[in-house]
Amino acid sequence: MSVAEIKYIDKPHPITGLTNGKLGIWLFLASEVMLFGALFSSLILLRVGSSDWPHGKNILDVPLATLNTIILITSSVTMVMAWASLKMDRFDKFKLYMGATIALSCAFLVIKFFEYSPKFSHYEAFLKPAAVSKYEDHLTGKASISGHIEKQTDDEIVFKPDTPKGDHGADHGAEHDGHAEHAEITIDRADIHRLTSFGPWHSNFLGIYFTMTGLHGLHIIGGIVVNAWLLFPGSVMFRKERERFEGRVECAGLYWHFVDLVWIFLFPTLYLL
Amino acid sequence: MSTDHHHNPGFIAKYVFSVDHKVIGIQYAVTALLFLFFGFCLMMMMRFQLAYPGEEIPVIGGLLAGALDPDTGGFLHNLAASLVSSDGFLLPEGYNVLGAMHGTIMVFLGVVPLAVGGFGNYVMPLQIGAPDMAFPKLNMASYWVFLAGGIVMLVSFFLPQGAAQSGWTSYPPLSVISPGQTMWLIGMVLLITSSLLGSVNFIVTIIHLRAEGLSFFRLPFFVWAQFVTAFLLLLAFPPLEAAGVLQLMDRVAGTSFFMPTGLVVANEVLNVAGEGNPLLWQHLFWFLAHPEVYVLILPALGIVAEVIANNTRKPLWGYRSMVYSTIFLGFMSFIVWAHHMFMTGMGETMSIFFQTTTMIISVPSVIILTALVISLWGSSIRFTVPMLFALSFLPMFAIGGLTGLPLGLAAADIHLHDTYYVIGHFHYVVAPGTLMALFAGIYYWYPKATGRKMNTMLGHMHFWGSFIFLNAVFMPMFFQGMAGVSRRLYDQTLYYHGDAVQSLTRMSSWGAWCLGIAQIPFIINFFASLWMGKKANDNPWEATTLEWSTPTPPPHGNFTTVPVVVCGPYEYSPPDKPDGFTPQMTANA
Repeated sequence: MSVAEIKYIDKPHPITGLTNGKLGIWLFLASEVMLFGALFSSLILLRVGSSDWPHGKNILDVPLATLNTIILITSSVTMVMAWASLKMDRFDKFKLYMGATIALSCAFLVIKFFEYSPKFSHYEAFLKPAAVSKYEDHLTGKASISGHIEKQTDDEIVFKPDTPKGDHGADHGAEHDGHAEHAEITIDRADIHRLTSFGPWHSNFLGIYFTMTGLHGLHIIGGIVVNAWLLFPGSVMFRKERERFEGRVECAGLYWHFVDLVWIFLFPTLYLL
Repeated sequence: MSTDHHHNPGFIAKYVFSVDHKVIGIQYAVTALLFLFFGFCLMMMMRFQLAYPGEEIPVIGGLLAGALDPDTGGFLHNLAASLVSSDGFLLPEGYNVLGAMHGTIMVFLGVVPLAVGGFGNYVMPLQIGAPDMAFPKLNMASYWVFLAGGIVMLVSFFLPQGAAQSGWTSYPPLSVISPGQTMWLIGMVLLITSSLLGSVNFIVTIIHLRAEGLSFFRLPFFVWAQFVTAFLLLLAFPPLEAAGVLQLMDRVAGTSFFMPTGLVVANEVLNVAGEGNPLLWQHLFWFLAHPEVYVLILPALGIVAEVIANNTRKPLWGYRSMVYSTIFLGFMSFIVWAHHMFMTGMGETMSIFFQTTTMIISVPSVIILTALVISLWGSSIRFTVPMLFALSFLPMFAIGGLTGLPLGLAAADIHLHDTYYVIGHFHYVVAPGTLMALFAGIYYWYPKATGRKMNTMLGHMHFWGSFIFLNAVFMPMFFQGMAGVSRRLYDQTLYYHGDAVQSLTRMSSWGAWCLGIAQIPFIINFFASLWMGKKANDNPWEATTLEWSTPTPPPHGNFTTVPVVVCGPYEYSPPDKPDGFTPQMTANA
């Protein structure tokens, strides 16, 4: 053995039972726990300090998120299958499952895009206290009306309000067709205290929603990059340094399961509670 | 990886984009020293405004005021406009910029990169008998991301909005509404990423790559200090990253995580959702920033322990208690953060909890310091230059630590909070404490890294100048603070109680400028010794630990034979050879 050789790159350390890479990825995940832990703690603190914290299901798209949950869990399964295929010496199967993992991750992001984008054209007008009674029939919140802007001038806004709360609670965000009874209304700009789309600036709920799911999305993108590298250019290592390649796929898998796990926490916390 | 080690890399691969931990360590150290010098210069400008409020800053004030000429335009104009008036005196906003950036640069770009990135990278793998870090490429990435973070911080001075001006603590809502903060946040995210990469690497290296026979309790204390430090960096920094992301969202995406409802800025209610919590930032920030204090101190304690054992020619007294104390310190440092927040109205129960944990955490620190002091007992001390620095560390760090106790008690903190007393306290820990230890480390390991010793005469000049003037800078601050002078004042003479102690401020300021002059012998010594220093052999200090059993300077791969460790780290003056020492590594292994 050469003096300059770094040990435990492909063979596990006799005491820890881990390769350098695997110990490293576990430590990295520990720090990730602290990162998301801090964000979850912030979420709790903001929520208990809020006077009006919305129910996620009233604002967010639960069916799409459920679909995404299924997709992400499936991708974790295919990730394990990819690794297991390597162990069983089935490089063709590895390619298949790794490809499936990447495809599913991309699908997750596409669905996320369709979840995000309607939020930016969906508005809420917070009314001045004195003007609340004027629009009483159309209120969707305590003192606010949410809906889509049809037309706006300097003085007034032509607004197509959502179904008031309670009727079709989960309908928010989706396009409303066939709701003839909710005709357009005109809101005086002077009556509006604050007009905002359902972007991160809307409220702390949507702020933390976009921050946490956005950061999670960045982790997904990171995973896609790593997995794509392992599938295409990185896979030449399979022929040359088999053990090391298996180690890399395993580490990528650990990371991927963690990203999956974060979503498993995000989904109920943001969408269901 | 072995293929990397055998071909002969070109200049760029060898010295710039190097994956060798020794080169990366030197890159870190030199960059950090430059940042320390820069941060020190910012402070010298601040000290002028404090000592002579509203007067033109000598030389620099005139130069910057010259750049205010609209014809100059561009980046220099931005820099001058954010700092000085047309008369060449420091603007209040400029004072805030210098204060914020001095703190940020000294902590995140100076001391930590020097202590962990520099000494940790260079010395730790050598001391454990490893050929390199476990992940050499990650190590390189860590340095370059750190440098990018540093450059972002520097560039922010030259942008139209100027650099950050909300203190190194960046408390919202002020930080969210003041200019320059966005660049600070981006810089911080880069620095945090860098330290994350570094800390993973350190931990894996120490756990996996120790030489044969080097059990955990044969590790030099310096390695233990780096080990615990790496865990602190790994687990405490991510919450600040989360906080940084949240504050970035507040600034860029208009969220209001830290913005309370109905906040009035420039006579107008801010058009944000509100219901945010400024205290949330403080909790997340101090969850990092208190362990960060131990990140600053532990490597320094590690260096001092090495130097003391080497120059007393005795084993460290209470090595095991020091190790256990360090581990305990690491754990405890995660549950003391809110002692920075007694004045926020977070509630008595919280205050009692955090003041209790704070009193408990002082115990292991005192144990370590006591062990180091007792190590001196009955030894014939060699007063080498590194030893002088290490010895001066002990009392000055003790002053820093003991003055912290009244701040850790909620009742006493009411009077002292946010005064110059606090500034005096933490500077005694970090400047006369950690920095003196880091200088000790530089003088101690310089021969190993360069093959030449630093000049002793210049070393003595540097030491005595620094020792005297550091105390001249920081000792008056305790008295100013107890007189009630607040820490972030632009001009304390506007207040009766501040004006009364203005002479102390002048003393501090003159101390600071003299301290600057006292660094000149060091700068000369550092560069001149590269060519003119006395040639050093492999083990010029007659030390026991592994880094002295390699050639000087160590080759790529560090060791010429596979190291095998046969004994503990500090076998000085063993019974069988009372005048000698037993190296950890046997020569014939």
